[in-house]
Amino acid sequence: MSSRFRMTLPVLTTGMVLTTLTAFAMPAKQDAAIAPQAVQQTASTSKSKDASTADHSKFKELQKNFKTGPEVTQACLICHTEAAKQVQHTKHWTWESVDPKTGQKRGKKNIINNYCTSPISNEKDCMACHAGYGWKDSSFDFSVEKNVDCLVCHDTTGTYRKLPGDAGRPVYKRVEFPKGSGKFVEPADLKKVAQSIGRPSRSNCGSCHFFGAGANGAKHGDLDSSLQHPGKYLDVHMDEKGLNFTCVTCHATSSHQISGSRYNVAAAVSGPAHIRGKTDESPASCQSCHGDKPHHGFMAILNQHTEKVACQTCHIPEYARDDIGTELSWDWSQATTMGPDGNPISRKDSAGRRAFDSKKGAWVWDSYVIPEYRWFNGVSTYKVIGDKIDPSKTVQINEVGGSPNDPGSRIWPTKVHRGKQPYDKVNSILTVQHTAGEDETALWHNYDWQKAIGAGMKAAGLKYSGEYGFVNTEMTWPITHMVAPEEDALSCAQCHSKNGRLKGIEGVYMPSRDSNRLLDMAGWTLVLLSLIGIMIHGGLRIYTSKKKGQNK
Amino acid sequence: MNAENRIYLYKRYERFWHWSQAALVIAMMVTGFEVHGTYNLFGFEQAVNLHTIFAWTLLVLWALTIFWQFTTGEWRQYIPTLKKVDTMVRYYAFGIFRDAPNPFHKTAEKKHNPLQRLAYLALLSVLSPIIWGSGLFYLFYAYWKIWGVDTYLSLEIVALVHTAGAFMMLVFFIAHVYLTTTGHKPTAHIKTMITGWEEVE
Repeated sequence: MSSRFRMTLPVLTTGMVLTTLTAFAMPAKQDAAIAPQAVQQTASTSKSKDASTADHSKFKELQKNFKTGPEVTQACLICHTEAAKQVQHTKHWTWESVDPKTGQKRGKKNIINNYCTSPISNEKDCMACHAGYGWKDSSFDFSVEKNVDCLVCHDTTGTYRKLPGDAGRPVYKRVEFPKGSGKFVEPADLKKVAQSIGRPSRSNCGSCHFFGAGANGAKHGDLDSSLQHPGKYLDVHMDEKGLNFTCVTCHATSSHQISGSRYNVAAAVSGPAHIRGKTDESPASCQSCHGDKPHHGFMAILNQHTEKVACQTCHIPEYARDDIGTELSWDWSQATTMGPDGNPISRKDSAGRRAFDSKKGAWVWDSYVIPEYRWFNGVSTYKVIGDKIDPSKTVQINEVGGSPNDPGSRIWPTKVHRGKQPYDKVNSILTVQHTAGEDETALWHNYDWQKAIGAGMKAAGLKYSGEYGFVNTEMTWPITHMVAPEEDALSCAQCHSKNGRLKGIEGVYMPSRDSNRLLDMAGWTLVLLSLIGIMIHGGLRIYTSKKKGQNK
Repeated sequence: MNAENRIYLYKRYERFWHWSQAALVIAMMVTGFEVHGTYNLFGFEQAVNLHTIFAWTLLVLWALTIFWQFTTGEWRQYIPTLKKVDTMVRYYAFGIFRDAPNPFHKTAEKKHNPLQRLAYLALLSVLSPIIWGSGLFYLFYAYWKIWGVDTYLSLEIVALVHTAGAFMMLVFFIAHVYLTTTGHKPTAHIKTMITGWEEVE
């Protein structure tokens, strides 16, 4: 018998040592493959190094006193022959995005959100943010190349402006904006703008994306004008004194297709960092530079999270991390409520953000907002125009796809925007309303919901029963910008605790949050029993030895 | 007391091993149950860090000790025997209360009584693999996919096995500490483990 054990013991212990050694060796090899050098290089790129090889002010095609935007575009297309065709294939032009899995057509053109709802019948205002000229109604011809707006993205002078009401054309004549404010917008010198074009800067992208839903920071929560000149605290990559990334540093673009879209998010990228140029994964993901094992040395233990948790969850501890803030809710049902004297009124909150407007209803804002967390696989299913809704429940404008068992899902931070917006009570569909404009059916002109909905539904080609009500809606936005410096990332216990941030997230075992009640009960019972056992045994020993002492 | 009445039972390395292992095991239980969520002491992050450091330290200590066991031949102390196990059980269940003499007489060649041998072998061959196996998988969760084990294992199972191991270790610890008081004087065994010298009556 003893000879058998003589064999087993060495084998057992040797096995143990070997396990330990391989465990040590494997991660070290893995770590060596990942180094964020690519990031460093971008950082040292100065403005002068980034300069173009062409000085556009020397081109004779641009030595003209351009009167209109389309004239400039025609001049651009003399050399950049394919540019307009490329743009016409992008969301910036079509306002449409196709779900690669279901074929569902989403995008601004096809969905009714719970901010401004829909651009349909409101094109003159909304298309101030269209990368084109003249989309004023459904008759817009998407094939006309000269109507592509090159300048809104490529202007470097900061003087080129497009205002609501002009269907995407720039300011040609000095105009008061907003009306009655006493502030005036000057027309841009189109010749100068055309001669000084360049790569899109943060201001170019931000001129629309910072101001979605009609106010600074309102829509996204992780995009607002503070990103024009951000510090390190707000965004570790865009930090003006540090890496100074622009939007297109991450949203790398080819043939005018901007990578990275909330309609098709690269939610669960795995593997090591990519070399730029690799096209099968989104370059606009964290992992494309950092890989999926980005923590090194003593912090390598954090790599345990990357199969389940999106980088953003820990590294964007709060969104809207500035005084601008973001909108958390929009209640359209309060629109058309007038002031005491019967005239439209507006009110701001204590931080100077819009809180109420007779035209639009009531808003709630907040800054430094803690995200709501969801399993997310990158694809949302949207309610598109005309889809049936169940008004007895809160309507999900988009349902975030993903589940704990799906290897393509991660736990993501999201902004949930809660709305109360009009719907057709008989047909059970969200309504399209004509809000902007100077005509008598425009809500913001006439304060008549019935007429506004009637006109909007007609423009959208939808049947309207004539009965409207207001329904609660939710829209979920993945949060991915405003990445904090590492010292501001979430600390472990913010999730690893009984009532932490991921309290409601199912399908994942989190030490300190989770335990098996049965095992804990059995374990502690066993511990208690052994304590009682030694107390009885020890007590008896003391008792019997005392008795013996007395007997002696 | 003269020299014939005492024997040198535990060598210097053996004592170093025992006490540093004791400290590490206690520290790992304290930090481990915090990671488990039983209480809040160092904070989760610090508890995880300490638990990990202690784990690697203990592994190094074990590597040295395994080497020591084989070079000194001391590993033979753990060869189990069923002989006289019943005598030992009877002693702890009855004899100890009647002041009966301990039926086992320690020598440098046989330091552990038959019950101890079984207990330590069980600790080494059952509890250790449970704790270390689950612990290392727990620690290297990030690499499951690369190792190709992610389809067979779930973190929950690994964590539960590790927790079960921790409870067993805690029970062993309680019993072990209590049994140190069963020498001819309550502190006799502890004294031996500190000085190395066992007093023989």
